[in-house]
Amino acid sequence: MTSTDVTETGVTESAATPLLEARELTRHFRVGRGFGRQMLHAVDEVNFTIGRQEIVALAGESGSGKSTIARLLAGVYKPTSGEILYQGRSTSTYRSRKDQLAYRGDVPMVFQDPFSSLNPAFRVSHGVLRSLKLHRPELSRAERFEEAERVIEAVGLSPAGDIMNRYPYELSGGQRQRIGFAQALAHKPKLILADEPVSMLDVSIRIGLLNLMAELRETQGVSFLYITHDIASARYVADRLMIMYAGHVVETGPTESVLQNPKHPYTDLLLGAVPDPRAPLSTGIEGDTGEPPKVIDPTPGCRFRWRCPLAIDRCHSETPLLRVLGKNHEAACHVAEPDAN
Amino acid sequence: MPDQLLEVRDLTVEYDTGDRPVVAVDRVDLDVHAGEFVGVVGESGCGKSTLLFAIAQLLSSPAAITGGTVRFQGQDLVTMTEKKLSALRWRDFSVVMQSAMNALNPVKSIGAQFRDTIRAHDEPVADERPAEVLRLVGIDPIHLNSYPHQLSGGMRQRAMIAMALLFTPDLIIMDEPTSALDVVAQRSLMVQIKELQKQLGFAVIFVTHDMSLVSHFSDKLVVMYAGQVVEFGDTRAVFDAPQHPYSAGLLDAFPSIRGPKVPLTGIPGTPPNLASPPPGCRFQPRCPKAFEDCPKIEPELYQVGAVQARCLLNVKEPVQERTS
Repeated sequence: MTSTDVTETGVTESAATPLLEARELTRHFRVGRGFGRQMLHAVDEVNFTIGRQEIVALAGESGSGKSTIARLLAGVYKPTSGEILYQGRSTSTYRSRKDQLAYRGDVPMVFQDPFSSLNPAFRVSHGVLRSLKLHRPELSRAERFEEAERVIEAVGLSPAGDIMNRYPYELSGGQRQRIGFAQALAHKPKLILADEPVSMLDVSIRIGLLNLMAELRETQGVSFLYITHDIASARYVADRLMIMYAGHVVETGPTESVLQNPKHPYTDLLLGAVPDPRAPLSTGIEGDTGEPPKVIDPTPGCRFRWRCPLAIDRCHSETPLLRVLGKNHEAACHVAEPDAN
Repeated sequence: MPDQLLEVRDLTVEYDTGDRPVVAVDRVDLDVHAGEFVGVVGESGCGKSTLLFAIAQLLSSPAAITGGTVRFQGQDLVTMTEKKLSALRWRDFSVVMQSAMNALNPVKSIGAQFRDTIRAHDEPVADERPAEVLRLVGIDPIHLNSYPHQLSGGMRQRAMIAMALLFTPDLIIMDEPTSALDVVAQRSLMVQIKELQKQLGFAVIFVTHDMSLVSHFSDKLVVMYAGQVVEFGDTRAVFDAPQHPYSAGLLDAFPSIRGPKVPLTGIPGTPPNLASPPPGCRFQPRCPKAFEDCPKIEPELYQVGAVQARCLLNVKEPVQERTS
């Protein structure tokens, strides 16, 4: 992890400070009650950074904790322990509503389901205008409309004036999801948390939204945390890839490095499962039913050990930590070998 | 052909919308032979699910079959009485729905739901059959006593498939059974379906919007667009050399994890409104290869090498004259 140079005031804007940094980020949920009370470890001691104008993909299966991370970053959940540093300052130090509002405007979220994330009773302009009113109160009414048109055009919908006056049911799934991005863009954000933004869409229009993310990074200068279970789409847009398994980040590194040279056996498994008509049918994961792990009151040890073909004794007693195994490439595995050089 | 299991001819389904009927499935032909795996792919709204429902005779108002025949083992399902159909369903063909999560009754155990299905048919079924089919799909028979909420998404889908196998039918119709699962579970389910198929010899019609998913599993591929079959042929042939620009577009729509990284464009535009389809070829407004004849002439399916494609670029001779 990058060493930080946070000053007492916590608002350093130096280039060395990552846009956002998660330190030992942990979130547990209580399940059951009374004597049956247990702790579900959704996210456990996760560290990562997101740079400016960087697209970071967070991949893993359902239940691995990827959405919990997005919600922690968005402030929907409070971390059980650990902290989130935004531009060098911990979000837990935000006391005033002004600070919180500024953070939420800078780090908005785009949701998975474009069919339920827009209010069906209002025109699509409603959400965009409301967030403009909330986050940029200095704008006049006319300026808000102008700004709304600008962001709707920025996400590739035109003519903006016409689209703004439509109701969500008049738009296709892909168009609705673009409105979701427009709402996020309205606050001039720094980092958009995109939680499976394309998984509900048809394959034929997914690529358009992925291209949109890459384009917005260039034109609007935003970073993305792209959460997905589709590694191929992560490769298409992301600079860096983080693989999550059962609440832990098990591998992280530059996208190509992770894909060409996966270190963690779980990454291997994920890659083998991606359907690819251009490649021969790979074997080796047969027999793995893809059952998500239970992370209720976990004992020490690697959480992947029951599914792992390479597990050794040590994996059952000691939780592996992320180790540097290649250039900017880390994996949490006792068995993985570092690069030769 | 002796092993012809299902023969769909000129099947047309219309939704009665009040003013003008919407033709959701337009004169579709489909053949399924015993033991064959047929993939049906297309975007949402292309009529692929409606086609499945029409084949299984599960359409409900306002949708109705307005023409064509569905011959299953020589009998026409369209004109069959509901009573006869009930006897056939589950026993000779079964349907696995898109969201198995919702297809199972939440207040009944898996075993009780299996017994319901068995009781609805006169067929004698051994007492151990439910445990047997659960084992087939890789679930411990102990889960016969479990309720759906106690199973994971992947297990519920497997339980649905187990139920479809109770009577060892000749045909299983699957409507996006893996769309709610993530990649590893999806992959494992596909491999399992294929293995069961080899073992038990049933035929599969598999509907999905993700063309890459069926690439390694299906024998035949049907590509649908706006209610019509636009390309049909052996899966490998379609993947190696798609003859319809729409199939080619679908193939280029998803990134690969291997090989060089290439910019992709997907398919621009949106599928047409079926209440007023565009003139001529229905794909013409979105087609990168459209030329002046495309809005004027409605293309038929043309034989191009090993596949059939509904594109004027391939005009040589129509596959067959249509009289109806």
